[in-house]
Amino acid sequence: MLPDQLVFAMEVTLNGLMAGVMYALVALGFVLIFKASGIFNYAQGVLALFAALTLVGLQNGQIPFAHLINAAFGTDLHSFGWTLPAALAIALTALVMVGLAWAIERLILKHLVNQEPIILFMATIGLAYFLEGLGDVMWGADIKTLDVGLPQGISEGIEAVTAEWFGYGFFIDRLDIVATLVAAALVAALTLFSQYTKYGRALRAVADDHQAALSVGISLRFVWVLVWSIAGFVALIAGIMWGAKSGVQFSLSLIALKALPVLMLGGFTSIPGAIVGGLIIGMGEKLFEFFAGPLIGGATENWFAYVLALLFLVFRPQGLFGERIIERV
Amino acid sequence: MLYREAGEFKTSYAQDSQTFPIWWDRLWYQVALVVGFAILPFVINDYWANAVVVPFLIYAIAAIGLNILTGYCGQVSLGTGGFMAVGAYAVYKLMTAFPDVPILIHVILAGAITAGVGVLFGLPSLRIKGFYLAVATLAAQFFLVWLFNKVPWFYNYSASGQITAPERTMFGIAVTGANTPAWAKYLFCAAFLFALAWIARNLTRGTIGRKWMAIRDMDIAAEIIGVNPLTTKLSAFAVSSFFIGIAGALFFAVYLGAAEVGEAFGIQKSFLILFMIIIGGLGSIFGSFAGAAFLVLLPVFLKNVLVGGLGWPSDLAAHIELMIVGALIIGFLILEPHGLAQLWRVLKEKLRLWPFPH
Repeated sequence: MLPDQLVFAMEVTLNGLMAGVMYALVALGFVLIFKASGIFNYAQGVLALFAALTLVGLQNGQIPFAHLINAAFGTDLHSFGWTLPAALAIALTALVMVGLAWAIERLILKHLVNQEPIILFMATIGLAYFLEGLGDVMWGADIKTLDVGLPQGISEGIEAVTAEWFGYGFFIDRLDIVATLVAAALVAALTLFSQYTKYGRALRAVADDHQAALSVGISLRFVWVLVWSIAGFVALIAGIMWGAKSGVQFSLSLIALKALPVLMLGGFTSIPGAIVGGLIIGMGEKLFEFFAGPLIGGATENWFAYVLALLFLVFRPQGLFGERIIERV
Repeated sequence: MLYREAGEFKTSYAQDSQTFPIWWDRLWYQVALVVGFAILPFVINDYWANAVVVPFLIYAIAAIGLNILTGYCGQVSLGTGGFMAVGAYAVYKLMTAFPDVPILIHVILAGAITAGVGVLFGLPSLRIKGFYLAVATLAAQFFLVWLFNKVPWFYNYSASGQITAPERTMFGIAVTGANTPAWAKYLFCAAFLFALAWIARNLTRGTIGRKWMAIRDMDIAAEIIGVNPLTTKLSAFAVSSFFIGIAGALFFAVYLGAAEVGEAFGIQKSFLILFMIIIGGLGSIFGSFAGAAFLVLLPVFLKNVLVGGLGWPSDLAAHIELMIVGALIIGFLILEPHGLAQLWRVLKEKLRLWPFPH
């Protein structure tokens, strides 16, 4: 029989890895957009919130902007009174995200071509504010529960098996297991898409060199809409997972802040980097909280990831898998 | 017509290099000083001081500080809220530990302590650049807020975890605490803003400011012509944090009176001040004022229109305000990436020729 502390640490590690997968899901959206357009999309977290809000709203048949309409015209509207099946609502939300991607390209990115990266970054912060306000105005700011039929609760199977092995049953959330599987499937699908389809090749070409891609006839604007749509779709999946875990509310958009150290660690330009970075951060912060948290007052998860990434960057400024930064005068 | 340079003959270097070379600008500046220090203190009331003027003055100090780092030296920082918290907690500890020392010295010392912390968190900027640095400064933001929350020594073991400013006086008049008259709050902050803006303006046009701008424009080229990146970047972090620390100290001691770190100095504050300098204009002292004024007035204005005028519920108004702020930021970046300061410059050029544009 193993010592208790070690068994607990193993459970914490496992839970940390699962949490890391959730971080990686958000980080993935960042990497996709950064690779294709050089934009550091701060709004990725709010995209996830917006997608989750839209999904819940559509599913429950809420009337968009009901609050605003009621305030402006003195009516008392709330709901269409139907409930959509989960699959249909998800498909509709995906469509909304594509529409959003198109609108973002049309209204914002088109006008900011050739601006400095920092200007684009700040534009996405503005976009994050706008979408946050829009989501609240459209669907209301109250905390909503998201139920698309994902399994909830503790996995009894794992508890039973580990109880047999170690004499202590691990508590693993079923949702985390599903999230891990979905993330793996998503990465596989994205890899296949970018390697073996025409549009995937166009995407990689644009990521490689904008001007060369333009000169062989790839439409930059189409690729941008495409990549923002994919990022929106990834955000939708992240929104579903996080929303099912902790409810759909404003704090959902803060997962973007969790994904940033993941990106720093993994490198802004690497999809495997996002996954590995997510796993390291998830595992690291849970283990640090487990071992050092009680000594220094707990709640270290807020900053540990950042400090870890910061220290790491001092030694390797491009992250684990990022492209080497070459500077020329 | 208005901004004419004709007839302004400069006969010395001092005249040639003054901050406001045009007579009309100097007049504006002097009028602003007279109104600010001789008229406003007598007419200001509680509502205007607390809702508009004092926050504007304090945010303007913070915006100038961040503008030195981001606008002049090109190092994007998202840790402003954390550094303001350092200033606030430093002034609180000093005020309670040394009650007999004048508050003025405490505020300046708080700025100096923040400068030290800023240099510490600025060290990675020698290795990391651009986005990586912006994200790295978030480490400062989260770590500092957590530290002030978790270590009871910083809030003197108070049961609520809040810090509350005790009453301190200057020339016999309270400037912190509950009994402070509105005009004293105003005058105390305005004096700081005036002095700091004057220092910032003169630093940025001297040697050190030129070094900052050289690093901003291209750090490798700057290094080759003999600008030391170590001292230049760290001095920008130090000066910027000094300003931001003083802003944080005033924000807590004079404006809020009592503060809870996560609420008063959270990441939202970092973004707010970043927006101020984007909307105002990066690399411009005037822009820091304009951006701070804009973002302090906008919520007050929207609240009065939406809640007061149209009678909408205040939560809805808050969400619409978010949308408007977001849209404005995007709009500004698309139409005028150099902010209000650039609009003012363009307007001045037009006014020079008006009404005879040819």
